[in-house]
Amino acid sequence: MKNHVWRPLYVALAIVLLILTARLFLVPEDFGVHERGYMYGWYRKGNEAEWRAVKVKYRTAAYCKECHAKEYDAIKGSPHSRIMCENCHGPALDHPDDPPTLTIDRHRSLCARCHALLPYKTSGRSDIRGINIETHHPEAECVLCHWPHNPKAEGKSL
Amino acid sequence: MIDRRTFCKKSMLLVGGLALPLAAFELFDPRKLLADKSDPAKERWVFLVDTEKCVGCGYCVHACKVENEIPYEANVTRTWVERYVVTKDGKSHIDSPKGGRDGFTAGRIEIGEGKHEEIRGEDVNKAFFVPKLCNQCENPPCVQVCPVGATYATADGVVLVDRKWCIGCGYCIMGCPYGVRFFHPVYHVAEKCNFCYHRITKGMKTACVDACAFDARRIGNINDPADPVTRIIVTERVSILKEEYGTKPQVYYLGLSKEVK
Repeated sequence: MKNHVWRPLYVALAIVLLILTARLFLVPEDFGVHERGYMYGWYRKGNEAEWRAVKVKYRTAAYCKECHAKEYDAIKGSPHSRIMCENCHGPALDHPDDPPTLTIDRHRSLCARCHALLPYKTSGRSDIRGINIETHHPEAECVLCHWPHNPKAEGKSL
Repeated sequence: MIDRRTFCKKSMLLVGGLALPLAAFELFDPRKLLADKSDPAKERWVFLVDTEKCVGCGYCVHACKVENEIPYEANVTRTWVERYVVTKDGKSHIDSPKGGRDGFTAGRIEIGEGKHEEIRGEDVNKAFFVPKLCNQCENPPCVQVCPVGATYATADGVVLVDRKWCIGCGYCIMGCPYGVRFFHPVYHVAEKCNFCYHRITKGMKTACVDACAFDARRIGNINDPADPVTRIIVTERVSILKEEYGTKPQVYYLGLSKEVK
């Protein structure tokens, strides 16, 4: 065949080769078909480790009780036993190193999440003692009268 | 000219050859066979939501946003809580202001554009809260539509998004029948609940499960018959969302009502 037929073919071949070479460098080695097959498991394996490495912010009560055993025992013996410390005290992160102190949220809206009265007889909400947050001492923080670690005990000034 | 004998021989050979399936030419790899046979994944994470227990405090949404670094004021969230109020006239009123992040503290229902509808207590027939999150489907449609392999299912059944690989085309956001995906306001890539993959792989529970004071949310491993969540799923009457889509969702619900879609 004549040269003018071959020439464009060489160009095309060179482009294909170029793309394949580029792919060799650009696509990481761990990218490919993994456990879940081609349809659901075609991905970069290294990304799994990246997600595993995300920092844990909420360390749970098991972490808090290492130092704050007294407070831990107090709340575990109260009707609030199931509430995670960090819901009100904020995520522990690396406390006490970083941050050295946690900011406690004492705002009324925190208590209102469960204790604002809603007329829902068919919901678990009705099993919780509720108040009208607009008329029940709207000027005061709840913790002035109600001690959150043991709501049965009287509140104390903080 | 072909003679009868050769013709018969050749046609027998051809018929025999055609009848051989391609699989007959595959060479067995003993290591692959062993892996297929003896390695059912140790873990398959599943989630159990008990709508009877949820009181709509929204601590789960709050904890999720903080734990997973979803901008707090942006109106997007990996998990959210819906409120359903069915009134005596048969209407369902459904809302989820800010995904339920601040809890439900008033009886009025948000109807969009900053407007609210007052609902009197005596008009309520039933009311309940339904937490929602990614269903980590066994057949995830969001993964199928990804053109670049940026979202995928892991061996333990969690659907993840590769932030470096995602091109932000949004196909997966459109493809999810449950509407759990959104664009991350900072990274501008697809974002979704991943069962707090960094926590469950360390033996912890998800942030929302830890934050829930009512046991309304639980996480378990369906491949472990002794797991209390597995016990409930196999012995009690659980339902799933949008079964008709064939996605095989792995978030199971107790006490779901017909109003929930």
